Amino acid sequence: MSSRDQLRYDVLVVGGGPAGLAAAVRAAESGMRVAIADDNFKLGGQIWRAAVDGENAEAAPWVKRLQRANVTVLCGLRIFDQPYNGLLLAESLDDVCELRYEKLVVTTGARERFLPFPGWTLANVFGAGGLQAMVKSGLPIHGKRVVVAGTGPLLLAVAAYLRRHGAEILLICEQASASALARFAVTLMQQPEKLTQALQLRKELAGVALSTSTWPLAAHGNHVLESVTISKRERSQTLGCDYLACGFHLVPNTELAALLGCKIDGGFVQVDEHQQTSVPGVFSSGEPTGIGGVELSLVEGEIAGLMAAGKSDVARRLFSKRARARRLAKALERAFRLRPELTTLPSGDTLVCRCEDVPFSRLRTYGSWRAAKLQTRCGMGACQGRVCGPATEFLFNWKPESVRPPISPVRLASLATIVGASESVHSGLSGGH
Amino acid sequence: MPRVVSVVINGSVVEVAEGATVAVAVSLAQQSCRTSVTGEPRGPLCGMGICFECRMTINGKPYSRSCQIVCEPGMDVRTDEQ
Repeated sequence: MSSRDQLRYDVLVVGGGPAGLAAAVRAAESGMRVAIADDNFKLGGQIWRAAVDGENAEAAPWVKRLQRANVTVLCGLRIFDQPYNGLLLAESLDDVCELRYEKLVVTTGARERFLPFPGWTLANVFGAGGLQAMVKSGLPIHGKRVVVAGTGPLLLAVAAYLRRHGAEILLICEQASASALARFAVTLMQQPEKLTQALQLRKELAGVALSTSTWPLAAHGNHVLESVTISKRERSQTLGCDYLACGFHLVPNTELAALLGCKIDGGFVQVDEHQQTSVPGVFSSGEPTGIGGVELSLVEGEIAGLMAAGKSDVARRLFSKRARARRLAKALERAFRLRPELTTLPSGDTLVCRCEDVPFSRLRTYGSWRAAKLQTRCGMGACQGRVCGPATEFLFNWKPESVRPPISPVRLASLATIVGASESVHSGLSGGH
Repeated sequence: MPRVVSVVINGSVVEVAEGATVAVAVSLAQQSCRTSVTGEPRGPLCGMGICFECRMTINGKPYSRSCQIVCEPGMDVRTDEQ
């Protein structure tokens, strides 16, 4: 077994996006010994990825405060188990470490929802945020033809980002209707900072076609994407392209919260007005508690950080700001609800589970996620159902099951530490969850 | 010019800009990341360590998520994983 570091903190924040940064900053500025852990090699989360080095005006002040407050930064750490309350096990590239905490803030963010359609497993079909992440990680996009498709405000942000880096955006396909978008715009107008962002995006995307009530029907190519056929207001059209960036809004990452025993309802971690989960001492903020974007994540993170430091009086002053940001979250949910036609996208041989290559035709005969898993191995592969789970929930209305450790695939040597840690539990401490 | 880093992908030397992830290097080398259980070549999907489509053996470590690992000089990358 590899050597293990033992690290102990007053407040441990898991997830280095906006919510996590805000929580860590507020807790550390209140005098707590704080660490922030993330599985990526840099802080910032997906939205501020590669922007934490000072290029992003929104991220910069938080990063500066984080450094000034002496927060310990633990990047490249993937948490996979909690043997007992107050101890998390995490795996790095070459080691395992034990993270001990008094208070925990779960800010694990969200991932994209992917929906299967014929050809979606071809190379160069990415998530919308997925292609953006690749470009932020060095993929040259200059002069490439890109179709952006799916739903949600992320599509516009991604299209604008790719265009800034020289991509030719052929079309933005938004499944929501024009009227749904118009209603969403009305909500935006009530929030000046959001409206400014929207207008800026519009300026950056001048000349780029956005088509509502439009979605991908099939991607074509011989192992690598060559073109995509879309349904555009009930007519189909095929566009030759180099990349398809396709994501259907976001789903929260609730695996860690679920592992800790936090109550999850309707897919989201349940929190009270103090961002406190159903488990004492465990807080959650940002997308796991409801998809609401950066502003909501930041203010929820601040409240959680302050509460973890016992500063409820200061936290209270942020409640009205949070209430305002939550209105946007509600509007997002209404505007970008998936239309039922999207359940008909997969054909019989379209793979739904990409890890185990389980086609749609094998799944549709089952009545539950559990039955399908047992009979077809759907959701039993490396991603542990993180991709096909949200898809089958939408396609078949299957509900996800409880999570079990390890919550991400780990090396055998790391698994052995679960046994080691459990053995070190003194009698009287809770050994389960 | 940005500085470049050389990595070895399936035995061939590939140069990428400093800071690029292994997933990007493999994509630039026009290779797939892995082969699926039914034999399909696959590339990255989520770009953020969730989907595992970009997994490969890096410096002898199987199941490495190449979208979350930055290229380092001389890195040995193999894309023959299932």
